[in-house]
Amino acid sequence: MSLSFQDLILTLHKYWGAQGCVILQPYDMEMGAGTFHPATVLRALGPDAWRAAYVQPCRRPTDGRYGENPNRLGHYYQYQVVLKPSPDDLQQLYLGSLIEIGIDPLKHDIRFVEDDWESPTLGAWGLGWEVWCDGMEVTQFTYFQQVGGFECRPVTGELTYGLERLAMYIQGVDNVFDLKFNDAGVSYGDVFLVNERQMSAYNFEVADTDALLDLFRKAAAECERCLDAKLPIPAYEQAIKASHMFNTLQARGVISVAERQAYISRVRDLAKGACEAWIEAKGAAA
Amino acid sequence: MADFLLELLSEEIPARMQAKARNDLSRLFAEFTDEAGLKIGAIDVHSTPRRLVLIAREVADATEASREEVKGPRSSAPLQALDGFLRKTGLSREQLEERDGVYFAVVERKGRPAAAILADTIKRIVADLPWPKSMRWGAGSLRWVRPLHGIVAILGEDIVPVEIDGIASGATTVGHRFHHPGPITIGGAADYIEKLRACHVIVDQDERERIIREGAEAAATAAGLTLLADEGLVVENAGLTEWPVPLLGRFDAEFLDVPREVIVLTMRTNQKYFACSNDEGPLAPAFVCVANIAANDGGEAIVEGNRRVLAARLADARFFWEQDLKVPLEEQAKKLDGIIFHEKLGTVADRVERIAKLARWLVESGVLKADATQVERAARLAKADLVTGMVGEFPELQGVIGGYLAEAQGEPKAIADGIRDQYKPVGQGDDVPTAPVSVAVALADKLDSICAFFGVELKPTGSKDPFALRRAAIGAIEILVRNDLRLNLTEALRGALANCAAQSIDSAIVHRLDRTAVELLEFFAERLKVQQREAGVRHDLIDAVFTLGEEDDLVRALARVKALQGFVETEDGADLLTAYKRAANILKKESWTGPQVMSSPAEQGIPQTGEEDPLVLVEEPILKDAIAEMASGQAGAELPDEKTLIAALDAAEPKASAGVEAEDFIGAMAALASLREPIDDFFDHVTVNDPDAAKRERRLNLLMRFRDAVNRVADFSKIEG
Repeated sequence: MSLSFQDLILTLHKYWGAQGCVILQPYDMEMGAGTFHPATVLRALGPDAWRAAYVQPCRRPTDGRYGENPNRLGHYYQYQVVLKPSPDDLQQLYLGSLIEIGIDPLKHDIRFVEDDWESPTLGAWGLGWEVWCDGMEVTQFTYFQQVGGFECRPVTGELTYGLERLAMYIQGVDNVFDLKFNDAGVSYGDVFLVNERQMSAYNFEVADTDALLDLFRKAAAECERCLDAKLPIPAYEQAIKASHMFNTLQARGVISVAERQAYISRVRDLAKGACEAWIEAKGAAA
Repeated sequence: MADFLLELLSEEIPARMQAKARNDLSRLFAEFTDEAGLKIGAIDVHSTPRRLVLIAREVADATEASREEVKGPRSSAPLQALDGFLRKTGLSREQLEERDGVYFAVVERKGRPAAAILADTIKRIVADLPWPKSMRWGAGSLRWVRPLHGIVAILGEDIVPVEIDGIASGATTVGHRFHHPGPITIGGAADYIEKLRACHVIVDQDERERIIREGAEAAATAAGLTLLADEGLVVENAGLTEWPVPLLGRFDAEFLDVPREVIVLTMRTNQKYFACSNDEGPLAPAFVCVANIAANDGGEAIVEGNRRVLAARLADARFFWEQDLKVPLEEQAKKLDGIIFHEKLGTVADRVERIAKLARWLVESGVLKADATQVERAARLAKADLVTGMVGEFPELQGVIGGYLAEAQGEPKAIADGIRDQYKPVGQGDDVPTAPVSVAVALADKLDSICAFFGVELKPTGSKDPFALRRAAIGAIEILVRNDLRLNLTEALRGALANCAAQSIDSAIVHRLDRTAVELLEFFAERLKVQQREAGVRHDLIDAVFTLGEEDDLVRALARVKALQGFVETEDGADLLTAYKRAANILKKESWTGPQVMSSPAEQGIPQTGEEDPLVLVEEPILKDAIAEMASGQAGAELPDEKTLIAALDAAEPKASAGVEAEDFIGAMAALASLREPIDDFFDHVTVNDPDAAKRERRLNLLMRFRDAVNRVADFSKIEG
């Protein structure tokens, strides 16, 4: 019997926990990708070794489809693994995790297809692949080269599993809402369909753009205040907040192409500031 | 002598980078061994997603020993000179030879063993191989395209020892990632390829390409379908697999409502699948994917997995397509005023307005015959697809989607085609529109973007052309030439510039209008050279026609250039060019700017009368004519040396002018050809710089007349050779 959605998570936790990762809980803030979690962004900077794995709920307001599209969600889960420095056998470790969740690599076609990763809002980039399983992208595999505009030394290896896709693949389901969430008859739709409908309506129709703009400005200002106070972690949290406001504003369609760039560079500057302060604080502590 | 094997094993190298990496590997290996003086035979290079492989045949055992005698300072020279020489040669004073008061050093180089040179070569290759993007990993500092894991380096049967950032060379590699993940020991170049084949790795990319090409076709044929051949996909899939297995799958036929281009593009770009058709006609609901494994269930699960991925993608595409169908393009077009085309050039709606105006003008001014109303409508709807969901998902299908939507929404075919073809031709070799509405829209699209960007001084510079204006100009040229369109380019460009100015996007455009129009013409002349290069039209001849400054009709200019090329490549032409250059040189050397040569034949006769010519001092035109008439009767008799040339010019000038006027450029060239003998004779028998000042002046004037007559057809000073 194939793994339920929650057993998929538990299996990965067990696997990566055995590899020396700290198993963290989701960060309690809205973010667009698991990478934004401080356990990835901030820990990728500086010389210290670090291994962590966690589930992160991701909010992408523009991807919401009122629960009508079988493959697109405005809120979904990523399973994030970071290993620093990236071990020599990272690909093998990763493939081991696929076998663990029930994918037989002699039956399925697993491929590493070039896909370089870049996050303009984090000033971060890396090289790697999207991992295909029978033509489906199941994981983003990246060796971080820069974060917040700073070189990563040593390099962090990052694995981002798209949990819903992976579960759909394992369970042989064509509609995300049909996924079995557990083995007691609860489906993904039972848990999240209403959320998708309501959040889509909010993000596309209801969200007060003036209020969002205001929140964006306030978060940006708060971030700067934290930077002045040499508090990189709260500063970074405010940068994440600003980033999410920007994403929601985009879903409301109130940001023109020309303005878009300005917002992105504003968020990037905030994130960079937090990264810089983090490195400085580390240096001072050492 | 022995064969050398090098394998660099890494994590997956992007498919698109492998061909260049193979070439670079071969080039650097040849370069570095040559520098070291190591003789090698043929080099073979191969690649798989995980390996770069080089096999060099017949590598010499060592470099040859050499002995070289170096001359040093005189023995009487100051001590510093000797010290310097000793430092340079690394010898001591006792080792020098002294002959005739001069020191000599004998530098002997022993032959270096091949293994040492190969070890250096490997290090330099890993350091220097130019990847488009490279990275670091772990805690190391080495850079490679992806983490490098192993080096197999074997000369004959011996390992070439080398260590790079903790990676030591050896004889061990791995096979296929899943079929044979364990270590394999390689004996050398001789057994490498076959040992790997036994472990499910086909090392040679050409062989994998062949398997994919033939296997994909066979899979389609077996299903009664025809494969849509795609060599780019063959190469890409060969770069993604070590053990390629083409598999055919099917998708739900209901997706075939979605435009064909969308289905093919989704399969190709997102999934790397080949598409299939029924008897080379309509698209078939099938695909061929290339797996990297001989699956233990025969590929059933792989095909099923891929089918589901494709179905999800096509469902997404169909959702957008159905949404887009519901909104008339006319409605969509209204949203274009919310999209900035460029911060200095207003919105896309502004651009549409300019293109529509220009496209209509092309019809109304008679440049091309088309229904002006249809042309304008096509232009006004052309950019509407930019706000559709479909183009949002597949930006490369802009235009194509608009064309499909227009047709589905009941627009006439000419308009739908005009929308579809507006961006054509994209680069050389692409289809050039020929249907009148398509031509009008496509041409206006290109002229507008070129003029708009030039108008705000965003011109291509050096290798930078961020708005692809060069490509646009070549596209415009191809449309004009292919359709034989007689367009006064200056007028069109000024019109397009005026359109920008009228939108008062940038008031400075108006002030720069004159200058910009000239720059634009030069830009087009430059692009014409590039565009015609492949057709073998010489760039210097294009210059020769354009520098006259009167030519701005590209079709006519090209006819003139081609006639000119036909002429200068004949013996007559080459000879005339020589004479022209000689005349021009003399005039230049003498700084002769002489009296203006006049255009009517009667007036042209005047300088013939030379020093005795009373006209030199006559200013009054009426008198001039009268005296000239008197003089011309005796001119020939008095001037035997110049007579033939004068007569030839008298005959040729009007013919050449008439030829140019009537666009009979071959006729104009023939008129020039008639000057060849007379000018040669003139140079053979006449000394231009005669001591007699009057004769000299007369002859210089005649040379000037000859030069100017030739220049009326083309500026021969621009012609090379």
